[in-house]
Amino acid sequence: MLKKLSRDNWRGLLLISPTLLLMIGLLIIPLIVVVITSFGSRSPDGNVVYGFSFDNYLRLAGFTAEGFDPLYIEILGRSLSLAFWTTLLVICIAFPLAYFVARAPAGQRNILLFLILVPLWTNFVIRIYAWLMLLRNQGVINSVLGWLAGLVGIPFTPFDMYPSDGAVLVGMVYEFLPFMILPIYTSLEKIEESWLEAAADLGANAFKTFTRVIFPLALPGMVAGTILVFIPVMGTFIVSDILGGRQVILVGNLIQRQFLDARDAAFGSAASIILMVMTLVVTIIYTRKFGFGEEIASA
Amino acid sequence: MPEFAVELRDVSKRFPGPSGEIVTAVNNVTMQIKDGEFFSMLGPSGCGKTTSLRMIAGFELPTDGEIYVHDKPMGQTPPYKRPINTVFQNYALFPHMTIGENVGFGMEMKGVPPAERAERVKKALEMVRLPGFEKRRTRQMSGGQQQRVALARALVNRPEVLLLDEPLGALDLKLRKEMQLELKRLQREVGITFIYVTHDQEEALTMSDRIAVMNGGKVLQIGPASEIYERPNCKFVADFIGETCFLEGTVISQNGRQVDVLMEGGLIAHAQSDAQLNKSQQVTVAIRPEKLGIRPFDSAANIYAGRVEDVVYIGTDTHYAVRLAGNQLVRVREQNDDPYSRPIANVGDEVKVYCDEAAARVLVE
Repeated sequence: MLKKLSRDNWRGLLLISPTLLLMIGLLIIPLIVVVITSFGSRSPDGNVVYGFSFDNYLRLAGFTAEGFDPLYIEILGRSLSLAFWTTLLVICIAFPLAYFVARAPAGQRNILLFLILVPLWTNFVIRIYAWLMLLRNQGVINSVLGWLAGLVGIPFTPFDMYPSDGAVLVGMVYEFLPFMILPIYTSLEKIEESWLEAAADLGANAFKTFTRVIFPLALPGMVAGTILVFIPVMGTFIVSDILGGRQVILVGNLIQRQFLDARDAAFGSAASIILMVMTLVVTIIYTRKFGFGEEIASA
Repeated sequence: MPEFAVELRDVSKRFPGPSGEIVTAVNNVTMQIKDGEFFSMLGPSGCGKTTSLRMIAGFELPTDGEIYVHDKPMGQTPPYKRPINTVFQNYALFPHMTIGENVGFGMEMKGVPPAERAERVKKALEMVRLPGFEKRRTRQMSGGQQQRVALARALVNRPEVLLLDEPLGALDLKLRKEMQLELKRLQREVGITFIYVTHDQEEALTMSDRIAVMNGGKVLQIGPASEIYERPNCKFVADFIGETCFLEGTVISQNGRQVDVLMEGGLIAHAQSDAQLNKSQQVTVAIRPEKLGIRPFDSAANIYAGRVEDVVYIGTDTHYAVRLAGNQLVRVREQNDDPYSRPIANVGDEVKVYCDEAAARVLVE
């Protein structure tokens, strides 16, 4: 196997070496450390005692010294379901928007895409705080509704929108919308007007044209967008922290708290591994079915 | 059975142009396309032929006038409800479907059962000489093959009318010639009315039963290929189709179809016209280069002296540019029947140019 490397091989190796070093130093080695840590346990003063036990994983699965407690399974389930609903809602909102942009006159498209990206100029955390200002009991929405109710003279009790699961969902959808719009737009933009005319010519009405031509051709974009949205939603903790009022706990929050509050790095590592495996499994199943969003459309 | 497959009555199409002005793409067009006919709309780009075709298909609606398909007014009928199919310029095959799915799409939309659909797809692909291509993808096929698939996809639905929008434009010359004959064969086989849009006059002449020559949104002349070629009714048609020498002059006398025209340098042309002309009316005499001869022939009513300015050998023929006494430049086309292809005249030679009366057409516009 020890073949002499040719000049080209060396050049290739040289070119990828910065990335390679970065990946080894900042991904592979830390990952190995996390895996090793996850089999250890917490010392009374909050340090890691290295060892080889499955206690952390059993604890995540609900088996404790005091008996069965599904707390962590619920957290994992909640994270999965939130990621699922976020992705679904984001698709529902992003698709018509992307279609609108893709069918706009060519000169306007860049402006519209630019507008979609403008919110990303503001810091992530600040945008989530903005939603807090809108949704809380004395927030903008309730104040305006209260004022309107006062005008027509009906009693008004503020809606309890914050903190809640719904608020977290709204925040997530808002945060990740652009990451779905852009890939769907890329797919839709490739659809030629003549394909739609050909569909109509062959007897397809607007609905059939959508289901048989537009939707299948937009699928690669939706797959790519789903990967870009689902994976980060599974791991974030800031949105649920702020809009969930520390009541909505997701895997991301669990991991964060184990490392920072509980100082149980071993348990946190185990939770991280589980999150990674779960995300990986979902992604693999999904991409097996739909591909990686590669452009089947490009002829 | 109605006589006409498609009829356009006073159809116009106007739409706002890029700077807000109104563009008239099709201007008061009336034409009747007979059942089972291979009909071509021929003209330069922007002449309104494609817009006319798109109105028949239903992709555009006429601003004025009405389109009838087998005597039924089309009105606002959307494309998917018209008994018409189209072969698009860029083929417009669906990239996410196999060839079989593409060809079967129209039948799928009409709810034809899968078994019958598969059978008809198979037959259609055989008809366009692509048997067994059902499972292939469009990107695995050449332009010529995609063109055949597009044809099969349209014809398999047995439309009342098939529209073809410059379908051979993207193919190279040799393939185009092949496909022209193939299209003609297919049309004879299926007996469906073909309406064919092209800017290629040779293509139109080769395939069509009748041709409508269009320019500036108007139909200038409709007729069989030979009529369009032999008896063009205006300068544009004579110039656009084939090659023509134009000689300006004024009418001296007319006796039935026979007209005498006085041209520059005192030359007189004995020519023919279908129209009633006035004395001293400004007219143009149009003559095809192949109707002119340097070799004398007995029937020639017109004989002019001239000097050869240029000789161009083009294989079957040689073109001679001859300057006449009135400073008119005419092109004479003589067949090369000398085995050594020696020209019958050389540059600078004084020659005589011969022309029949019937070959000289008097045009007013």
